[in-house]
Amino acid sequence: MWSILRKDLLLEFRTREAIAALIVLVVLIVLTFTFSLDPEGARAAAPAVLWVTLIFAGLLAVQRTFLVERESGAWYGLLLGPVDRGAIFVAKLIANLLVLAIADVVLTLLLVLVLGTGVPTAPLELVFVNALGLIGFSALATLFAAISVRLRARELLLPLLVLPLLVPVVICAVEASRIVLAGGGAAAAAPWLRVLATFDVIVTVAGWMLFEQLVLE
Amino acid sequence: MTVVDADALGKSFGRVRVLRDLTLRVDGGDTVALFGPNGAGKSTLLRICATLYAPTAGTLALFGSRRRSAEIRRRIGLLSHQSFLYPDLSARENLVFYGRLYGLARPEHVADAWLERVGLAASANRTVRVFSRGMEQRLALARTLLHDPELLLLDEPWSALDAAGADLLSALLEGLRAEGRTILVATHDFERGVALAERAVILHGGRVVWEASPSDATVSVEAAYRQVTGAVAA
Repeated sequence: MWSILRKDLLLEFRTREAIAALIVLVVLIVLTFTFSLDPEGARAAAPAVLWVTLIFAGLLAVQRTFLVERESGAWYGLLLGPVDRGAIFVAKLIANLLVLAIADVVLTLLLVLVLGTGVPTAPLELVFVNALGLIGFSALATLFAAISVRLRARELLLPLLVLPLLVPVVICAVEASRIVLAGGGAAAAAPWLRVLATFDVIVTVAGWMLFEQLVLE
Repeated sequence: MTVVDADALGKSFGRVRVLRDLTLRVDGGDTVALFGPNGAGKSTLLRICATLYAPTAGTLALFGSRRRSAEIRRRIGLLSHQSFLYPDLSARENLVFYGRLYGLARPEHVADAWLERVGLAASANRTVRVFSRGMEQRLALARTLLHDPELLLLDEPWSALDAAGADLLSALLEGLRAEGRTILVATHDFERGVALAERAVILHGGRVVWEASPSDATVSVEAAYRQVTGAVAA
């Protein structure tokens, strides 16, 4: 699993395909909101801006990781390897998570500096909320990207398949982020965080168990 | 020991049936050449044997087991039309990655040895993206063999290779055959296929339609191919 993760990160570091696309999209979306919201509205909309941006930009990046391997045929090289195919899922999930974490840091900085939401009063709690939300998103998006990448209309299908299933993540992450950004603390956001954590565990375990069946042609 | 035991194997992609009722046994140490026109099902058969595709009918046992476990995959090497290489990694990085994937003790050392063996040592640090098709095929061959597989599945291995590369491959395969590896090679190259194999099998329409030993002086695989595929097509 570590060799796959190491290779994915080396490829991303060398080509910067996913991260470049992510950052450009993040900047564009934040700029759009900046021009359309007044400072008061920006503060209120910050949690929604954060998650809408991460999810739409993230879908693009997650699909890219599979597309590169699919186009070169290296995907089959991975499947041939004597590793549990569930481990391929976990490696891809972690690689996507790391790329999304970088985008998340850039996005949070832009929200503070450009959108003017103010510096979060509880940064560690915000990191915790974002981590839980990103794990759920990455697990689901990684699983469905692996399925959709072999289909012709993959760019259309991935959002269609993933977005309805992401509703619990979006609601919980936005609510928890809103509470934390308003200075409420993690304890106040606990009900939302519990649902997020449960979702993360279910999707990650299901992805690990189902991956072999889903990628076999 | 029977290494590949395919019984009434079928494979469909949507409504297209690629393999139908295909039965084939390959014993340990055998070298079998698969011939057949385009679309006969050779590549699909090899990919099923490599555990990349699941059959839609029939059964396949590899090394006596119907399970598609990681341990079974460790014993298989597949050389396909696609090289399975990463264009943005160097030749050496590709081999080191696959060495690690297969759990080799010293992947860097094995990678360097194979780069030398396939004549790519001078291009070890160049990215695969700039390789010619022939160089990529040589590197794909190294990728296929670096974990020392017992069962070799080769799909058009001589394609894209220049004369020197093709001779290198034939010599490598001859050596592997002498070591007792099991080899299943799909090819359109009658001369090289017949020279290498102890058994020739012709596929047509997803079925085995003819098989014989090419060493039998009375048998001409090429003539049989023309007759059998022509007769079936008619």
